[in-house]
Amino acid sequence: MSNTAAMTEPAPQKSAENPRSGAGEHKGDRLFRYAVIGSGLTVLATLGGIIIVMMVGGAKAFGTFGPAFLTTSVWNPVTQHFGALAPVVGTVLTSVIGLLLAVPVAFGAAFWLTQLASSRMASVVGMAVQLLAAVPSIIFGMWGFFVIVPIMAHYVEPTLQHSIGKLPVLGALVKGAPFGTGLLTGGIILAVMVTPFITAVMRDVFASVPAVLKESAFGLGATRWEVMHKVMLPWSRSAVVGSIVLGMGRAMGETMAVTFVIGNSNHISWSLFAPGNTIASLIALEFPESPAGSLKLSGLMALGTILMALSFLALCTSRLLIGSGTKEKR
Amino acid sequence: MPGHSSEMVSGGKNPGRDGWTSSGRLAMRRRLTDRIATILSYAATAVSIIALSSILWTLLVRGLPGLSLITFTHSTASPGMQGGLANAIIGSIIQTVLSIMIGAPLGLLCGIYLADYGRGTLSQIIRFVSDMLLSAPSILIGLFIYQLLVVPTGHFSGYAGALALAILALPIVVRTTEDMLRLVPVSMREAGIALGAAKWRVTLFICLRAAQSGVMTGILLAVARVSGETAPLLFTSLGNLDWSVNPAGPMASLPVTIYQYAGSSYDDWVQLAWTGALLVTFGVLAINIAVRTGFGRNRT
Repeated sequence: MSNTAAMTEPAPQKSAENPRSGAGEHKGDRLFRYAVIGSGLTVLATLGGIIIVMMVGGAKAFGTFGPAFLTTSVWNPVTQHFGALAPVVGTVLTSVIGLLLAVPVAFGAAFWLTQLASSRMASVVGMAVQLLAAVPSIIFGMWGFFVIVPIMAHYVEPTLQHSIGKLPVLGALVKGAPFGTGLLTGGIILAVMVTPFITAVMRDVFASVPAVLKESAFGLGATRWEVMHKVMLPWSRSAVVGSIVLGMGRAMGETMAVTFVIGNSNHISWSLFAPGNTIASLIALEFPESPAGSLKLSGLMALGTILMALSFLALCTSRLLIGSGTKEKR
Repeated sequence: MPGHSSEMVSGGKNPGRDGWTSSGRLAMRRRLTDRIATILSYAATAVSIIALSSILWTLLVRGLPGLSLITFTHSTASPGMQGGLANAIIGSIIQTVLSIMIGAPLGLLCGIYLADYGRGTLSQIIRFVSDMLLSAPSILIGLFIYQLLVVPTGHFSGYAGALALAILALPIVVRTTEDMLRLVPVSMREAGIALGAAKWRVTLFICLRAAQSGVMTGILLAVARVSGETAPLLFTSLGNLDWSVNPAGPMASLPVTIYQYAGSSYDDWVQLAWTGALLVTFGVLAINIAVRTGFGRNRT
């Protein structure tokens, strides 16, 4: 009996390889397949729901202002006139500053943790990075406001103005009174926030590169950096991209940390020191005074739609850039 | 002589000039690059550690003076009165637990689908959509649930808050589950199938177990993110100044209370915000440490 069972075993396996022919499939397998596909579809439905709800909510504002909604930076509840330009610019600038600072640091820390540190040091420091990743965003906001803003106002911003303030193009970036709040500070807080997230995922990914791959590269005489650069990075490329996407997602939509340090002003200027706004911080600040059904709430939903489009765009471009960049090299 | 030159061209195995030994110029450059990368990675690690130390130090210095038994036994009160954070603490715990109970199982199943079952276009779409959800800003999810649940029911509720948090947790679990399952060697799966195990058993009891630590890291990241989230709760569970354990009504939570109090002009409210910040941070960190050291014990 057990013999015949063993003999008939190959048939269900074959059908398991092709999920569409469910005839000879185990009952448990079929149920499990339905369960996993169902949860996949739930994810689809969730995003679909978000997109529909945001677009429907923002339709009133888009309809009232038309394309001008994207090109004006007025936000005036008294005259019922709303435009999205200032927060959009603020969102993009702070996230780009944040990621420019965060990705090298995160990669360096992940490299150190997986390749250079002794296993005991790596477990202690790795834990510390995990803990930094676990710190809630609002804490970064409070810390940024009470610790980083004074440092920026007293040391960093005056120094920057003295050193590059007189240069033709760069000078415009550091103009204005050094209050400490503003786009640059927002970007720095974002960098501190997303660094541990990127590090944690990169570390997990690097740690799971098969030892045989690394050892054979070392055996050929490669240095540690070369093993990282030419063996581990290509092997774990998609997951590394995933970690950066994770960071980008957090940076663009981050609300609380930015709200504390951005300065909250709907004004566009070239200076990185000027107070600004991001889409998320504007929504958080204005929502309590926006009753359901009002034009202002619709404006906020429209802003939300733009934010969604922005994060979608970032996701696509980062995938394209990093995907093609590594392909060219190899 | 011709034989010698062809060897130079084809192999370049002349010792001392090919970069594999210590004297060549290429070797110097390679070693220098390696040294620079090493120093920079030390610096990068130091930056992360300094940031963490600074945050923890600030929290201790500013939050500890306000910490007392009253913090845990009293609810928030008007300025001047002795208020605590009891309602916010219980509200945060209830909403976080509810959200992980919804988000983690869904995320695990979806991650399994993407890693093991998805081969066609549908799986590519779902993977992409999950990535989009991952980068979908938390505040938008708050607005979404606000329109979906709060506007139709006519009131803010803890359930709405928990659902918003669950949507945040979901894609984090999906992504890490899929990544980690993909790193499980095919030979392990084949061994399970060769022994005659059903596919779902191979997936759950062999692959998922092999990827356990990575998958748990994902769920942990989800818990960490969810329990400190403020933005989506502002629009869904709103906050509640009184004691409430009923998720059907507006519910307080630590992050929202911190947000409301940190910007206030009353000194005792700001103090309470710092104390709350200390509590929420060290609570989250304690969970992290406990679970991580727990892993270490399991593995050995």
